[in-house]
Amino acid sequence: MRLETGGLIDRAAPLGFRFDGREYSGFQGDTLASALLAGGVRLMGRSFKYHRPRGVLSAGSDEPNALMEVGTGARRRPNTRATVQELYEGLEARSQNRWPSLAWDAGQVSDLLAPFLGAGFYYKTFMWPAAFWERVYEPLIRRAAGLGRLSGKRDPDACDKAFAHCDLLVIGAGPAGLMAALMAAEAGARVILADEDCRPGGRLLAEREQVDGAPGHAWAAELWDALAQMPNVTPMPRTTVTGAYDGGTFGALERVAEHMARPPEAAPRLTFWRIAARRAILAAGALERPVAFPHNDRPGVMLAGAARAYANRWAVAPGRRVAVFTNNDDGWRTARDLSAQGIEVAALIDSRAGVTPPEGPWQLMTGTHVTDTRGRLGLRAVQTRDGGGRHRWLEVDTLAVSGGWNPALHLTCHMNGRPRWNPAIHAFVPASDAVPGLDVAGAALGQFSTRGAMKSGQYRARKALEALGFEPPSIPVPNAEDTPPRLSPLWQVPRTRGRAWLDFQNDVTVKDVALAHAENFRSVEHMKRYTTLGMATDQGKSANVGALGVMADLAGREIAQIGTTTFRPPYTPIDIAALGAGADGRGFAPHRLPPSHAYGLERGAPTVEAGLWHRAAYYPREGETHWRESCDREARMVRQAVGVCDVTSLGKIDVQGTDAAAFLDRVYANTMSTLKPGRVRYGLMLRDDGFVMDDGTCARLGPEHFVVTTTTAAAGQVMAHLEFCAQCLWPQLDVALVSVTEAWAQCAIAGPKSRDLVDGLLDAPLGAFPFMACGEVSVRGVGARLFRISFSGEHAYELAVPARYGDALFRRLVDRAETLGGGPYGMEALNVLRIEKGLLTHAELHGRTTADDLGLGRMVKPGSIGHRMRERAGLSGRWREQLVGLEAVEPGARLNGGARLVAAGAAQVRQMDQGYVTSVCWSPQLDRYIALGFLRDGRNRTGEVLDIVDHMRSGAAQAQVVPLPFFDPEGGRLRA
Amino acid sequence: MRLTCPLCGDRDSREFSYLGSATLSDRPADDAPFDAWHEYVHLRDNPAGPNAELWHHVSGCSAWLHVVRDTRNHQVLSIRLAEEGA
Repeated sequence: MRLETGGLIDRAAPLGFRFDGREYSGFQGDTLASALLAGGVRLMGRSFKYHRPRGVLSAGSDEPNALMEVGTGARRRPNTRATVQELYEGLEARSQNRWPSLAWDAGQVSDLLAPFLGAGFYYKTFMWPAAFWERVYEPLIRRAAGLGRLSGKRDPDACDKAFAHCDLLVIGAGPAGLMAALMAAEAGARVILADEDCRPGGRLLAEREQVDGAPGHAWAAELWDALAQMPNVTPMPRTTVTGAYDGGTFGALERVAEHMARPPEAAPRLTFWRIAARRAILAAGALERPVAFPHNDRPGVMLAGAARAYANRWAVAPGRRVAVFTNNDDGWRTARDLSAQGIEVAALIDSRAGVTPPEGPWQLMTGTHVTDTRGRLGLRAVQTRDGGGRHRWLEVDTLAVSGGWNPALHLTCHMNGRPRWNPAIHAFVPASDAVPGLDVAGAALGQFSTRGAMKSGQYRARKALEALGFEPPSIPVPNAEDTPPRLSPLWQVPRTRGRAWLDFQNDVTVKDVALAHAENFRSVEHMKRYTTLGMATDQGKSANVGALGVMADLAGREIAQIGTTTFRPPYTPIDIAALGAGADGRGFAPHRLPPSHAYGLERGAPTVEAGLWHRAAYYPREGETHWRESCDREARMVRQAVGVCDVTSLGKIDVQGTDAAAFLDRVYANTMSTLKPGRVRYGLMLRDDGFVMDDGTCARLGPEHFVVTTTTAAAGQVMAHLEFCAQCLWPQLDVALVSVTEAWAQCAIAGPKSRDLVDGLLDAPLGAFPFMACGEVSVRGVGARLFRISFSGEHAYELAVPARYGDALFRRLVDRAETLGGGPYGMEALNVLRIEKGLLTHAELHGRTTADDLGLGRMVKPGSIGHRMRERAGLSGRWREQLVGLEAVEPGARLNGGARLVAAGAAQVRQMDQGYVTSVCWSPQLDRYIALGFLRDGRNRTGEVLDIVDHMRSGAAQAQVVPLPFFDPEGGRLRA
Repeated sequence: MRLTCPLCGDRDSREFSYLGSATLSDRPADDAPFDAWHEYVHLRDNPAGPNAELWHHVSGCSAWLHVVRDTRNHQVLSIRLAEEGA
């Protein structure tokens, strides 16, 4: 019910919205919860387990009950807290976890079964048969218990992630945070002031107390606006700091556009910030805690601070006739404020005897407890018991409850800090220095008066500024109320019967905690997991301390001895969409495109991923309907005429220095120092554990200048490894390394007509350019590098030009190749050509093969990385699986990569395994499937026929072990 | 977590990649006994406390860094260029 006057709402701006299909209206400035209360809606949800009717408990982000689906279609967001969802025109909200309707929910049958559904019920009941766990029990439980539903559709709105840096991050813009930010801003520090609310002021927004003679919210707004004018201050409203991480890094979620139906053009819905702060001040305030008494979960029972927040901030009467139940002085304010707004306060019930609450138009009941409630879908009456044990019923529709306040210290626990129990205020307070560089101020530190919080904010800011080397300014503390409330702890009302809720969201009652205790789950962490207390989206913000109090009572100990569970990030839930912003679709991984990519697109060439590169797989011609047709044609074309292939993605590392040759001798298993300038050599790199890391070529361009190539997949790894060797192992060597992979576009020109093609392209005649030669050449005036190397077994070259000429070079090469009966070829044909020659890729160099396994053991020389450990007994010899060639026995039989090898006719079981297939292709030259693989003692088994076993795919086949390479063993074509 | 690269300044940990213990810099002599090599390649201390480690500023200046980090709380106690030696 809306009050006639007051509130921080714009009555000139009415907003229409719908809840469960019914039309309501609120005002600009409302939350969904305040607008629903104003519309007379008290029943807002059903509980997780028992489907109990629930109303709003709080007025902030700690809300456990009023979770809703907000938005429609693909924009439907489940588990949205109505207490933080700002109202906008046309908002659509639906209650969740109920069927068929919120008022009549079939699931409430589970509430009748509650005596059988206590803590541990699932563990004890759904034990056997095990086959039922996933197929029967889990789907059943998930349907009965649950929260909202995702839309299941692609999110139409974008999220973003961003970084920010500051000297001081102030978390919370209440009295303490505003004063801290003002101090730092005046001192000239770069300040970020973040608050989860859309307006500054924190608790001041919900109170009637004045600051310097003005309403508290007006003081806060004025100060916020002044701070926002300063160039060194970044105010961040609607931004929740969700986590504290190492080195002064904080995570924060900014709700950029959740207060509107859809984000404005080009704006994200959410932004996840990573804030690097030299210092930080946590001024997150405090959260009120409820009291456990029978049936304390009915709609209409809410926190006392929330009840007066609805009245003061939103001008909403939480009910027509209200009772207040408190164990502390702060609860008195609720009676005072509601009454001042013209709401009938029937009784002010204080659990403490011997206190003198303020007089007012209410019945004063001290030393009195609330012992029960009535009302199926909303509170109708509460039962009280006075100090003499006399019970009476009181007809009220709203009960405002206060059990005291807990400092919102969650962020101080994110790096293992353990809060400390402060018996003076009956609350946990943050451990000092729990997060390096983070100070805590105000109510988050247990300073519960407004002026006390301001002073605390100033003091912590002064300390932080001094640590940062700023001169703290002198600023007077405004006049404000300065009386911390007194409190006598009350966790549960004693000597009562009936279920008393501790955790509203997870439906955990006092009885459940007692059961856990009785079954010896007595450590707080065990109790938490056994009862699930504190585990849902609110992470027990209102439940945890009460449960600890109950545990302490059961154990006959102090809370200080019981300890507390820890809080982990995030403080409030974060959409996965925000954490993963930009990383879906094309953003999942970088796309690296070779210079010939545009040409490939024009030719309709599909791409295949090689590391992060997207390379052309083949270049289909008209009439070709299957990739194999194109691949076979391209492979034959290279063998018969000439082919052009973009090999830019191979890693290229420029190595220079007076010790470059000595350095390469150590990092390569074979010798490079004997290489003459103008020559290229194959190189094999081992790791220091004796296994092969990578292979490639090493070209010597000058006495102190080499260019080495790596495989596409290992380029980054090899570069990091070489830098490690140069900087960590042998810093005394004069050698410098630069990755030039992107600097040079490189094309392979392979085939018997490759010399014709290259010779005509260069500005000067090629002359004698033997196999494994390299040198500088010129193409239409552009300096280029030419290497006579081959990955196909053909007479071949690789020509490198600065990357910006790559596209032009590739097109020119293809044009010329086509006049010679050739053309471009892609990765598929390249793979066929190299398998026919027995050349290696990372299918073979997979990290578990040694040089000896590959038949390259004799290359390895003393003094190189890996040579020492490769001498270990297990890393060479006949029992190792050695590289072999395999040829299908039946001409039509297909071989599969990854298949296992067993002796012909042997049982096809793991124990008989003799090796495996790594690379497979159909060879146009041999007119059958061929493969590379590793076979135990393979080099001694040439001619043997093996069974190829593939339990994953069909296609049993036989293959014969053959010597490598399959094609042109003398290498005559290579040197021709 | 953040690391202060001696060449680039204070940077987010995403710019760096972690290799492991700084003992990887102390490579045994070529003819050292197998035990020494075994230890170098396979064995690492796992201290709860300060640990000397190698980090690579791979998305920055490419420097290898010798970082002493407290494994209990990720506090970085010292950073220098690895090539500067002990």
